[in-house]
Amino acid sequence: MNSQRRLLLKGSCATAALGTALAAGLITPRHVMAANLSSAFSAASVEDVINNMFAGQTRLTSSQVQIKAPDIAENGAVVPVTVETDLADVETITLLVNNNATPLVASYTFSADAEPYVSTRIKMGKTSGVEAIVKAGGKLYTASKEVKVTIGGCGG
Amino acid sequence: MSTIKIRATHKDGITTVKALINHPMETGLRKDKKTDKPIPAHFIQEVNCTANGKNVLQANWGTAISKNPYLSFKLKGTNPGDQISLSWKDNLGNTDSASSAIK
Repeated sequence: MNSQRRLLLKGSCATAALGTALAAGLITPRHVMAANLSSAFSAASVEDVINNMFAGQTRLTSSQVQIKAPDIAENGAVVPVTVETDLADVETITLLVNNNATPLVASYTFSADAEPYVSTRIKMGKTSGVEAIVKAGGKLYTASKEVKVTIGGCGG
Repeated sequence: MSTIKIRATHKDGITTVKALINHPMETGLRKDKKTDKPIPAHFIQEVNCTANGKNVLQANWGTAISKNPYLSFKLKGTNPGDQISLSWKDNLGNTDSASSAIK
């Protein structure tokens, strides 16, 4: 029984160590991507999300990233957003809503056969900037758009 | 009945895929108005799309994706008749998948 307890302790220590390493952005291999993302999804600020997902890499504002969203959204529970880009070698497109409690909305990973285009519907708690971050050729490009929300779509 | 409606159309070398998924996408922040208890989070975390069995798009979703999610994306290098399939997995471990031939 005692040996089992030791094993459990060891196990939890290893998990804790992995978590710390992830938070510090030391290791970001593909297979731990999911674990990495779950902390990014619970991050409370845009900077935390960037630190989590892209190890704090700087992002360049680019006119080659197009984000389509309404100027005014009457219902924050359903806001259609489309992101498109002319950039080559697009790896991921990440959607953020700056003023949501957890800004990270979604992250899309593209293969070479997929066009860098994605359209979806998101929830917005209040008026906020919607930001699209495109990772292309190892660099981050971004564009954002302000969407006015009349009725919030988070919580109830 | 499947929770997924998927349609893929081919035009000028580009295939446009549109999908609708039936899912509550609960954030875990809402409260039940009668009992005042929080409604537990229930949302899709992962969506995988393949064309002819090859991975083309992977989506990681949080709770801020709208209820009954809509997803649209475009593919190159595919032809009418090719199989497009989509599968999702939510935070409670439920999964579903559907496929459709490109028109």
